Amino acid sequence: MSPILSVEHVGVRFGGLVAIADLHFDVREGEIVSLIGPNGAGKTTAFNVMTGFLKPSQGEVRFRGTGLTGLPSHEITRLGLARTFQRTSVFPDDTVFDNVMIGLHRKGAQASRAPLFDALIGRAGAAERRLRARAEELLDWVGLSERSQEKAGALAYGEQRLVGVALALATEPAMLLLDEPVSGMNASETQVFVRLIRQIRERGVTILLVEHDMPMVMEVSDRIVVLNYGRLIAEGPPAGIRSDPAVIEAYLGQGSAARRAAAEAQEPADA
Amino acid sequence: MSRLLPIALLAGLVVLPLALGSSPYVLNALITTGILTIGAMSLNLLLGFTGQLSLGHIAFFGIGAYVSALTSLGFDVEIGFGYRIVHEPWPAAIGVLLGILAAGACGYLIGRLSFRVRGAYFVIVTVSFAEVVRLVALNWVELTQGPLALTNIPAVTLGIPGLGTWTLRTKLQNYYLVLGTGTLCYLIIARLVGSRFGRAMRGLKENESLALSVGINAARTLTIATVISAAMAGAAGSLYAHYLRIIDPDIFQFATTVTMVIMVVAGGKGTLLGPVVGGLIFGLLPVALRPVMAPEAQWMVYGIVLIAILFVMPKGIVPGVSVLLARLRSTRSVPVLEASPAVPR
Repeated sequence: MSPILSVEHVGVRFGGLVAIADLHFDVREGEIVSLIGPNGAGKTTAFNVMTGFLKPSQGEVRFRGTGLTGLPSHEITRLGLARTFQRTSVFPDDTVFDNVMIGLHRKGAQASRAPLFDALIGRAGAAERRLRARAEELLDWVGLSERSQEKAGALAYGEQRLVGVALALATEPAMLLLDEPVSGMNASETQVFVRLIRQIRERGVTILLVEHDMPMVMEVSDRIVVLNYGRLIAEGPPAGIRSDPAVIEAYLGQGSAARRAAAEAQEPADA
Repeated sequence: MSRLLPIALLAGLVVLPLALGSSPYVLNALITTGILTIGAMSLNLLLGFTGQLSLGHIAFFGIGAYVSALTSLGFDVEIGFGYRIVHEPWPAAIGVLLGILAAGACGYLIGRLSFRVRGAYFVIVTVSFAEVVRLVALNWVELTQGPLALTNIPAVTLGIPGLGTWTLRTKLQNYYLVLGTGTLCYLIIARLVGSRFGRAMRGLKENESLALSVGINAARTLTIATVISAAMAGAAGSLYAHYLRIIDPDIFQFATTVTMVIMVVAGGKGTLLGPVVGGLIFGLLPVALRPVMAPEAQWMVYGIVLIAILFVMPKGIVPGVSVLLARLRSTRSVPVLEASPAVPR
């Protein structure tokens, strides 16, 4: 299958600091790909380049054949590439329902030619009703219907992540970038989330995932891309990555936390 | 309840002059308070709903006043190379419309200039803009009469085809003109805030990166908000010019912007009624204090009242009171678990 997203020799430098040296990989349509690597490897930086929050110092990201360099973030979303955020995944002062309504901004634009004027003369009623129905559908889909009238900022971490996913899905993306979606979730919440990721893929959405939870990554990914010190050190299906010497060294070479992560990644292979 | 409150407030303001009798002193205070309150409402659209602080808001107010006054007075200025612009006086109502348009156009320029780069830049650009406009009003004597002031500005004439025309000369007429304009601005802001556009503004204020990532165009949304806000401030300014019938460059005083900010913050920014409540309190406070104390003491009380309000209700009067009401209602049922505002990210 053709690549939906190509990262072509991307480099990012902040002054003298090299965040990403030379990153080159493809994601094909319908895949679930994980981007892993020790802390500071450049994973979130890569996400920020793909979604227009950072300009690469070299190289280019292409999405469905369109070069993304220089495009503002909201234009990239309009092309069908959505993302979630590692920490701040909600609009904290609004209800969960209103969060999704804000996320449906793009869909609202399709409903009317002059939405601002319609709103002023009170003609936006029908379009608003459709948006509200859609918001309820999305909340139901991620399993947050019962929370819909609560302030998003008051939700538990795991639930805030789900709101973030609902927001990203509200833009009707062709591809979704998830930045550490299960960090802070317990095992059962993670399992629910894994099912959700698979359902999203079944709807035809390609997924690129940054995650530290190795068992989860091994379970859900079709393919894994490993970064270390801003360089790609390995790429392939989970089974190959588990036994890849470069990957093991990248993790074992770090502190004890990384050692544990590497050990966790090994466990399913031994089992 | 929350829908009835503004209607009750409006009804109260409609009958207020009847209850007070027609004391010109009180009516004058109510009119100037009303005009400043419209300014505060327009400022709240930016400060409260998008989180952008316009510290030069008085510029839009003053531009509305000057454009409207000059349109209805006429002028004759040399613009260089021997060319002159001669403008014959037009009706005041057209002046008001042009004042609104001119202020909105300035809002557009300011928005385009400052929202490419965000944050403190908007504050700096608006403050400098206000100062530049003040200097122009002060020094372009041929057009503005400078410190000599524009005088004899005509009163607004309203006409309904087939019914006749009214020239709004009395204080009572101006009171209802201001009240009507204020109500219209309130309705426009309420519609905007409840719409898709309002959600885009809230999204940008609460979490800009996330708002961008769901496809909200930040520069466009903030520029539109600035245009609408500036146009409303311009409307307030032109009402001011045609009511006082004399304006000078002192209209651009920085202190007036500060007064509007105080009205918004004390009343509750980001709420519809906040600037109205704050505007009435801080507009009428000097009037209430004048008979009982010296001007210096008035300013101290002004400050103390502001500090007291923000000490008891840090988010302003309207949010503070609604939290209180919610608590009263639920004392018998479940205890209210307050959402901590400082959720770790």
